[in-house]
Amino acid sequence: MAMKARHKRFILIAIGLALLGLAAMLILNAFKSNMVFFYTPTQVEKGEVPKGTGFRVGGLVVPGSLKRQDDGLTVRFEITDTAKTIPVVYKGILPDLFKEGKGVVAQGKVGASGLFEASEVLAKHDENYMPPEAAEALKRAKGQGAGTLASPK
Amino acid sequence: MIPEIGHFALILALLVALVQGSFPIIGAARGNAVWMGLARPAARAQFLLISVAFLCLAYAFATMDYSVTYVASNSNSKLPLQYRIAAVWGGHEGSLLLWAMILSVWTVAVSFFSKHLPDAMRARILGVMGLISIGFLLFMLTVSNPFERLIPAAMDGRDLNPLLQDPGMVFHPPMLYMGYVGFSVAFAFAIAALLGGELDAAWARWSRPWTTLAWVFLTTGIMAGSNWAYYELGWGGWWFWDAVENASFMPWLVGTALIHSLAVTEKRGSFKAWTVLLAICAFSLSLLGTFLVRSGVLTSVHAFATDPRRGLFILAFLVVVIGGSLALFAWRAPTIARGGKFDVVSRESFLLANNVLLAVAAISVLFGTLYPLFLDALGLGKISVGPPYFDTVFAPLMTPALFLMGIGPIARWKQAALPELAKRLRWAFGVSAATAIILPLFLGHWTPMIGLGLFLAFWIFGTSVNLIYQRLGGSGQPLVTRVKSTSRSWWGMVIAHLGIAVFTLGVTIVKGFESEIAVRMQTGDVAHLAGFDFTFEGVTATEGPNYTASRGQIRITKNGVERTVLAPEKRVYTVQNMPMTEAGISPSIIHDLYASLGEPLDNGAWSVRIYHKPMVEWIWVGCLMMAFGGLLALSDKRYRLRKRTIQAGGV
Repeated sequence: MAMKARHKRFILIAIGLALLGLAAMLILNAFKSNMVFFYTPTQVEKGEVPKGTGFRVGGLVVPGSLKRQDDGLTVRFEITDTAKTIPVVYKGILPDLFKEGKGVVAQGKVGASGLFEASEVLAKHDENYMPPEAAEALKRAKGQGAGTLASPK
Repeated sequence: MIPEIGHFALILALLVALVQGSFPIIGAARGNAVWMGLARPAARAQFLLISVAFLCLAYAFATMDYSVTYVASNSNSKLPLQYRIAAVWGGHEGSLLLWAMILSVWTVAVSFFSKHLPDAMRARILGVMGLISIGFLLFMLTVSNPFERLIPAAMDGRDLNPLLQDPGMVFHPPMLYMGYVGFSVAFAFAIAALLGGELDAAWARWSRPWTTLAWVFLTTGIMAGSNWAYYELGWGGWWFWDAVENASFMPWLVGTALIHSLAVTEKRGSFKAWTVLLAICAFSLSLLGTFLVRSGVLTSVHAFATDPRRGLFILAFLVVVIGGSLALFAWRAPTIARGGKFDVVSRESFLLANNVLLAVAAISVLFGTLYPLFLDALGLGKISVGPPYFDTVFAPLMTPALFLMGIGPIARWKQAALPELAKRLRWAFGVSAATAIILPLFLGHWTPMIGLGLFLAFWIFGTSVNLIYQRLGGSGQPLVTRVKSTSRSWWGMVIAHLGIAVFTLGVTIVKGFESEIAVRMQTGDVAHLAGFDFTFEGVTATEGPNYTASRGQIRITKNGVERTVLAPEKRVYTVQNMPMTEAGISPSIIHDLYASLGEPLDNGAWSVRIYHKPMVEWIWVGCLMMAFGGLLALSDKRYRLRKRTIQAGGV
């Protein structure tokens, strides 16, 4: 081991940089493959959403649209941004604050049936707070001159 | 009248903070002893004034003074007293007051336990803490005043968010804040050292116990939050990679790196600049965390209504603190003397590698948390990254970190020999590898992640046993002497590391072997999970002080023998008409049996979620062991308070 201190230092720095580069790649790759985009019901309707991969959609739950299947666990409801409405199917227990006429965000993908199959349904954390994605969807629809459905708080 | 006294006390505290943040620092630069001497009385006066303000707000809550806006929006006459008190920090304004209160607690503690510090050093430290306090007090007094009056007064309050009405609310925020704010001491030490140009082993020894104590609080606070989420949300999860959790996890990762880097600086005089940088980053991330969570940028129970002026103030404050301290670092760091040299294979390099891994982990969390916010702020679209991103990143980062953790304490300082290390650790390696392969077969199934997790957990157990054996075994002195001659900080390190092993084991087992079902249940229905029979015995209506509830009864039997009865509840808090799930949990060291009520269906049936969580409690026990290890290290002899010379002669 007759290596000069300077060489040793150089090799160490090179190894360090290579490892950091590797870490950066790992982070960016993980980020890219786990990124979930958000769309409004209008965009879903227009077919702007990716096929086969998951995404999020947000808006208000259409009053009267919540239907429960016989197994008691599968539910269907509709999400609207007041311009367009898309049907959603979800098997599982809805969050405490899920309510018709209130804001909601669903994550999932469009299945073979054309329905949005949600794997996760998020509602807000308190009564007066709307998920920002849901608020955004309503805002965008409003900008496009759609009518109002309920006053989003 | 009382709220006005509180408000006035805050104004006086700001004036005192202005004195504390200016004169001592200028005095230290000019060698003016009188100006430096102002630091301690100012720190104590500030503590008294902020305490008065805090007590005034608590009094307003206790006496239900709904002429105070903050009280009216976060309390209610039906709210039990303990939650009315905890509601002091249940909203934006009050949680900032808690922050300022805790900052003054740390500051006054430094003022009392710093007799051994050189005068200039102490003046600078207290001065820097005064500067931080100015920022918070100014923020409260300009845009976020908890004492603002509501005219006319409300008849009753809007109630504390029901999610927060839990014993967790009493402990979790103060603990977490003690951790966050505690890093301000390490930060102030670092800035003081940069200003004074005195960065040596003695500096590290002074700074270390404060940093460790802050880390102990932060660990406990995060653990309490995780445990709270587990039983409160009714989803059976203990960590969600929620932006709010990330906000507390980032300072923890950097703080963990910091306490290790400080150890090297104290013992070997190396890593000085890096240690200072970590101290700056740990506190900057604490500030960022506080503000991310409290500014309403994030959607969560922790975020409160937003006010654009607040966001602007927060951003400006962050820029000043983080930018200013990093600029100071860039300016002064080149003057820091180089520390002792060390070889490629040495304890120093193992610790350095772990430090870098922890820092990269913190960066990955920062990236995953902030990047979506940036995109959104710039109008480039809304995206989110969930747990899959963090899981993908953390496994490859933590695997080498945990592996090196087993070797680090065994390797010699300065220069270690790989063959010798390999020889010494071959048993630990063999045992953990064998466990990783064989144990899952007995437990049911094997996956690479289960194998990896078990390997790492048992690797840390094994290497710790080896470490203890080497320290206590051998011939010569009797065992008792050897135990006595071993320092408490060494035991603290071993116990904290074992805590990591316990934690890793808990995470691996619960992730690998947990099971859950969601079912529709009518009275008399039986669900089966993990060999247990869950009989639903119906729901009865009950009432709490400020809620009505449906309480379910679920009897658990195994092979016909009764084990326990769970009583999950679905509550509706009447003031805000907000539903809440209260899970029924039967915890044990082997597994948790967990049930929560979903929604009422037709004919008295309910949707019910049932979970079997093997060894989930080990996760929190592991965290408590880490915190206990930290406390033990703190009680070490060499930190006992006594007069010390200012010389740099490290141990």
